[in-house]
Amino acid sequence: MSTALVRDIVATYRGQRGALLPILHAVQEALGYIPPEAIPVLADELNLSRADVHGVVSFYHDFRSAPAGRTTVRICRGEACQAVGAERLVSHVRDACGMSLGETSLDGSLTVEQVFCLGNCALGPAAQVNGRLQGRLDESRLSAILDEAVAQ
Amino acid sequence: MITPVTVYVPRDSAARSVGADDVADALVSAAARHGRLIRVVRNGSRGMLWLEPLVEVATPDGRMGYGPIAATDVDGLVAAGLFDGADLPQRLGVVDELPWLAAQNRVTFTRIGITDPLSPDDYLRHGGVVGLVRALQNSPADVVAEVTDSGLRGRGGAGFPAGIKWKTVLDCTDDLKFVCCNADEGDSGTFADRMLMEGDPFLLIEGMTIAAYAVGATEGYIYIRSEYPDAVATTRAAIEIAYGRGWLGDNVLGSPLNFDLHVRVGGGAYICGEETSMLESLEGKRGMVRAKPPIPAIHGLFGKPTVVNNVLTLATVPTVMAHGAQAYQELGVERSRGTQVFQLGGNIKHGGIVETAFGITLGELVDGYGGGTRSGRPVRAVQVGGPLGAYLPRTKFELPMDYEAFAAAGAMVGHGGIVVFDETVDMAAQARFAMEFCAAESCGKCTPCRVGAVRGVEVIDRIAADEHRDENLALLEDLCDVMTEGSLCAMGGLTPMPVRSAITHFPDDFLAGQPIPLHISARTEGQP
Repeated sequence: MSTALVRDIVATYRGQRGALLPILHAVQEALGYIPPEAIPVLADELNLSRADVHGVVSFYHDFRSAPAGRTTVRICRGEACQAVGAERLVSHVRDACGMSLGETSLDGSLTVEQVFCLGNCALGPAAQVNGRLQGRLDESRLSAILDEAVAQ
Repeated sequence: MITPVTVYVPRDSAARSVGADDVADALVSAAARHGRLIRVVRNGSRGMLWLEPLVEVATPDGRMGYGPIAATDVDGLVAAGLFDGADLPQRLGVVDELPWLAAQNRVTFTRIGITDPLSPDDYLRHGGVVGLVRALQNSPADVVAEVTDSGLRGRGGAGFPAGIKWKTVLDCTDDLKFVCCNADEGDSGTFADRMLMEGDPFLLIEGMTIAAYAVGATEGYIYIRSEYPDAVATTRAAIEIAYGRGWLGDNVLGSPLNFDLHVRVGGGAYICGEETSMLESLEGKRGMVRAKPPIPAIHGLFGKPTVVNNVLTLATVPTVMAHGAQAYQELGVERSRGTQVFQLGGNIKHGGIVETAFGITLGELVDGYGGGTRSGRPVRAVQVGGPLGAYLPRTKFELPMDYEAFAAAGAMVGHGGIVVFDETVDMAAQARFAMEFCAAESCGKCTPCRVGAVRGVEVIDRIAADEHRDENLALLEDLCDVMTEGSLCAMGGLTPMPVRSAITHFPDDFLAGQPIPLHISARTEGQP
């Protein structure tokens, strides 16, 4: 981890009110996760305690303490997607990839997560693949997405 | 000179999720191959989501719709006369005249699907900025009075009168005040905020600017959930454009109003949709619920007087200002005035946006507009108002959509989301999921919510396993009481609503010793 990079990011956002969340998003965007070593740096820069920063990082589901896979698939398990088979997709991931939600594959190609609602409730089941929304998913389309991720 | 044919392909993320980008690319390629000159406009979605991607072609008769269109269909359609509005199997007719759309009363969604969301000229051509101009010609107190008279209630779910909230902020004498838009639309089954930000972002900006003028605020924040990257990008782009047009910044439209507007992205925490959690998050903290009082209107963001409204509430204000309180007030029933943007999702044939006056029945929405289930099986349960809303059976389909009527039936209109389930649904599993969701998303401040939800899952599991069923049902009832009465906010306070409604209306699902399949895997990081 580059301490200078984290300090540069803080400098960019310093003028904003309550800037910790935008800073954390920017660190994760740059490094792929929030390295534990970044926490004392952020605390020092923002005049917060390390516990304060850690408390914020760990409160929000978005912030990771380890890098994700090259492809991240987030399967929606909100009620609207459950009504049209979201759980079948979850089972499929378990059976086809041997992965539980929240895991990253050993080769670092794939992370599969759950999310509660992507706002695609009329075209479910839905998933987000590297930030891109996919609708009307079924097992075969999900398989194609997962296979492509692993092949990369 | 040949005039290009205007072709519309939605840029809404729901349309993109089923291939709209590929369709747009295919149209451009096909036009080149067939020697046709076209202009592609990436409009918002009309909200007829089962028809997406919906392609519209401008013809002398109006905008002719075709859908749903796959990218692989495009070349054949173009060869067969798509750009001339030819009568092809996918042709739906003139989109404005489709009964599903024509029967609605679109007030807040009036422009969405019609315009290019990031074209300020389109916005002006279709009635934008009229409300802001009129507001600036009146005193702040008059603007607040107009909003109060319209009967507009917060569209985020709680239904608190917007004008009363604004009046409280106006009456505060602090030199710094804020307007915050709660765009953390985390409820499953709701997507109207997302569609509005992606489909007509200037409307939200205009509404917030009017609010700032009315209460004397100089800074605003739109707190958008990170699950909506397209809404974040579109809203940010629209804010830049609005600054360029003088709709934001110093001396808005030449008036004394100075108003700066920022987008903030959430961190994937459902609880931050609760207004005080959202304020904590905006301050750079954990999204822990605050006790009220003091109310945010008096002691809000950074301790300053703050208007916190939902996307749809703020986006309704320009219309109220442009057409007057009376016109808006005349729509709706009883104390539920104006229109609501209902969102039909889940297992539904015709899912999407239905904006209509309050008072329409649940059945008219589900069976009428929705056309029943997508699976073709009978509708068994409908969850209204998000994950904390009640599950209702068909026997409740006569209920009118009205805040008070729903409350009297042990349910809530909430943000207008309606999720349909067919007969295969296991309601004990859904009740268990409500508790499990609460356990995963509780901010942890209140014990009834933090611990009660975990206990709720265990009790429902014992009921399903037929262990001391009657005692455990009584225990679950007691637990629901404690959560309802002992939680600071709606997370713990309303989680019993889906649980109790499932037991009340679908008791059979709790009787047989059937397994409950849902299980959320470890998602404990960040949970106290």
